[in-house]
Amino acid sequence: MSEILPSSFFIQIQDASGNWASDFVENVIIPKIPHFPVELGTVLVMIACAGIFVAVVPLLPLVLVLAERKVAARFQNRTGPMRVGPWGTLQTLADGVKLIFKEDFIPPQGDKLLFLLAPYVIFACSFAVFAAIPFSQEIIVSDFNIGIFYIMAISSVIVMGVIMAGWSSNSKWSLLGSLRSAAQIVSYEIPLGLSILTVIMLVGSLSMTDIVATQENGFFSWLIFRSPFTFLAFFIFFISSIAEVNRTPFDLPEAESEIVAGFHTEYSGMRFALFFIAEYANMFAVSAIGVTLFLGGYEGILPGYDFLGGLPGFVIKTLGLVFLMMWLRWTLPRLRVDQLMNLCWKYFIPISFFNILGTGIWGLIFKTDDIWSIGISCTIIYVGLISAYVIAGRVFSRKPEPQASSV
Amino acid sequence: MESTQSTESKIIELQPFTDEMIVNMGPQHPSTHGVLRLELRLDGEVVREAIPHIGYLHRCFEKHSENLSYPQIIPFTDRMDYVAAMNQNWGFCLAVEKLMEADEEKEFAIPERAEYLRVLICELNRIASHLLSFGTYGMDLGAFTPFLYAFRDRERLLLLFEKVCGARLTYNYIRIGGVSEIIPMEPGSIDEQNFLDEIEEFLDYFEPQIDEYNDLLTSNSIFSERTVGVAVMSAEMALSYGATGPNLRGSGVDWDLRRDEPYSIYDRFDFDVPVAEDIPELGAVVGDCWSRYKIRMDEMKESVSICRQILAEGLPDGPVMAELKAVRPPKGELYFRSEAPRGELGFYIVSDGTPKPVRVKGRSPCFSALSALQELSQGLMVADIIAIIGSIDIVMGEVDR
Repeated sequence: MSEILPSSFFIQIQDASGNWASDFVENVIIPKIPHFPVELGTVLVMIACAGIFVAVVPLLPLVLVLAERKVAARFQNRTGPMRVGPWGTLQTLADGVKLIFKEDFIPPQGDKLLFLLAPYVIFACSFAVFAAIPFSQEIIVSDFNIGIFYIMAISSVIVMGVIMAGWSSNSKWSLLGSLRSAAQIVSYEIPLGLSILTVIMLVGSLSMTDIVATQENGFFSWLIFRSPFTFLAFFIFFISSIAEVNRTPFDLPEAESEIVAGFHTEYSGMRFALFFIAEYANMFAVSAIGVTLFLGGYEGILPGYDFLGGLPGFVIKTLGLVFLMMWLRWTLPRLRVDQLMNLCWKYFIPISFFNILGTGIWGLIFKTDDIWSIGISCTIIYVGLISAYVIAGRVFSRKPEPQASSV
Repeated sequence: MESTQSTESKIIELQPFTDEMIVNMGPQHPSTHGVLRLELRLDGEVVREAIPHIGYLHRCFEKHSENLSYPQIIPFTDRMDYVAAMNQNWGFCLAVEKLMEADEEKEFAIPERAEYLRVLICELNRIASHLLSFGTYGMDLGAFTPFLYAFRDRERLLLLFEKVCGARLTYNYIRIGGVSEIIPMEPGSIDEQNFLDEIEEFLDYFEPQIDEYNDLLTSNSIFSERTVGVAVMSAEMALSYGATGPNLRGSGVDWDLRRDEPYSIYDRFDFDVPVAEDIPELGAVVGDCWSRYKIRMDEMKESVSICRQILAEGLPDGPVMAELKAVRPPKGELYFRSEAPRGELGFYIVSDGTPKPVRVKGRSPCFSALSALQELSQGLMVADIIAIIGSIDIVMGEVDR
């Protein structure tokens, strides 16, 4: 393929897009058309990849919105949507159709251009993240050599869209929401980045496929078990990523009981739907990144076997994390702004720096694939978890059930 | 050299000038519990001043009452605190009955059966009211699930109320001289037994449920972060603002009209009055949002215990309505107070001997509690305002009347 197509910026994309797309163009389309220009082939491959990508990825939020409603309903002794389609499975589709036909309201006093642009910024950024996520060995739009760096960079742009939306709405509640969001995302990006750094230090590569490749020997080779520091880093990563996607207990930017809906208060119709879709796409994306970095990506659970590997394994693991996020959302109350910042700056960032230091020392002592390193790290994690459990049990059992006195 | 320095020194210093922002919270706002409008003067997220504006739900209850006969006023009391309408009915009826007792010519006594039914129903209504308070408080703080759990249990109570009076929200059940007989329930009949069994079934189900709610929300560390030590209302402050009920007891004042000025048949029952105290392990201090909230959770248990005592005794035989020709209190005036779920509900009635009152004044516990909001919210954050409103548990229908 690379002989036919000129080496260009796009060569990465068509190579990594999986052989099927280029094969399709090479074997089916090109032979049928005489004097087929090679450059057009590149473009066609790109369009094919982009088309599949654009068609498939937006289906994720549709499924996730329904899943969230069903999960929430089960937590709350309800059934959730039941009317549209079998077991309400077409409910999100119906809602989407409804939103398309709704009035697209633009606040007359606001900044019109920014207002129109903001949903697209958020939407585009949250979907661009998917370009570097390896769903399986074959299915990855672009296997950059700087994959995780690209993801971090692109997902940081989302906050711009949030601020644009809040500012241009000309509503004080929206402004409050967007500023909360800006402060939150910028703060939580630091522990997020630092915990990703621990992984990069162990792997020595920014490429997503390289990161997955080091975890191919069953679940003990997953990076979460590689050292006690990555184990800690995973939890910091997970909690920070919940904050990144603005979900309870960190959903201050859109806290409906405080600032009504935050930055998207003034949006209606399809523009609101874009925010909504972007939120769920983000949720899937951060979970997918978590799986790729810490939980073995598309590699199977057992060494040598393809059990729970490939695309199904990846999706199952990712949906597991997504479910955890939903579980947290429907259980926990919301933090206050100052408590949110305290958690980030006073706890997560120091722990993350400690993690980096520890990972450096760990890397000096052990080789990456050393069986000893994994054994020792798992022992430390195990002992640490048990002692944490015992200590927590002590602490909580000492605290009696607080009762107001009765006279 | 000096001249260049003077030109260079024309550096404009950046003075971070922050403007205060005035924001209207409400009247359409999800967590102002009705149509309360708060004028917030914000410095960033910090509230410099919160001025409550009330009156969006004003329905001229007091003026209306002057043109209605006494029994006709009772449905209007339903609309005051619509979350605990039984207790509002009762408060008004108690005041009128007290006024009528002054008349020596016409003697009447409220039947025992009616008194037991009143206490039973009103304590169940107190549970329903506190459940709503618990659920919405969780929702105010971002936890959605407790709200639906609370409503699930409240629904069972509403079905019970529907069985005795046919209504789910505005009951008009407690009448002057007894309780309504619209749905007859013969003493000792199968209907009565079914009704009492259903209540017992509910209580058996509900009592462990309170512990589950405490596990879910009260002992949640994020919840206690948000409420412990927030907006401390000292006992003096609570008394000076006239806060009553759970808000007063949350401030550490041991005062409950059911025990200290027993009306009806409350002196026959054995129940505790929960009063807040410092909990050092948690950091809770007397008078903070957490204490006020916890009082309600504990009060539900006491209400369950009162209901159980009634069920153990069984309802006495006899009529449910006193024999009254007409409700025509003698000339005079009277203030009578009772313990509604939200505090001291008082009615001041002036009568000139006619079937219509000359003046009716309602003393609303929520209004007094709301007046403390301005002082409580000084220097806190926007999210805390929500926590305060939820913890003082206001119902705007009663504030505005």
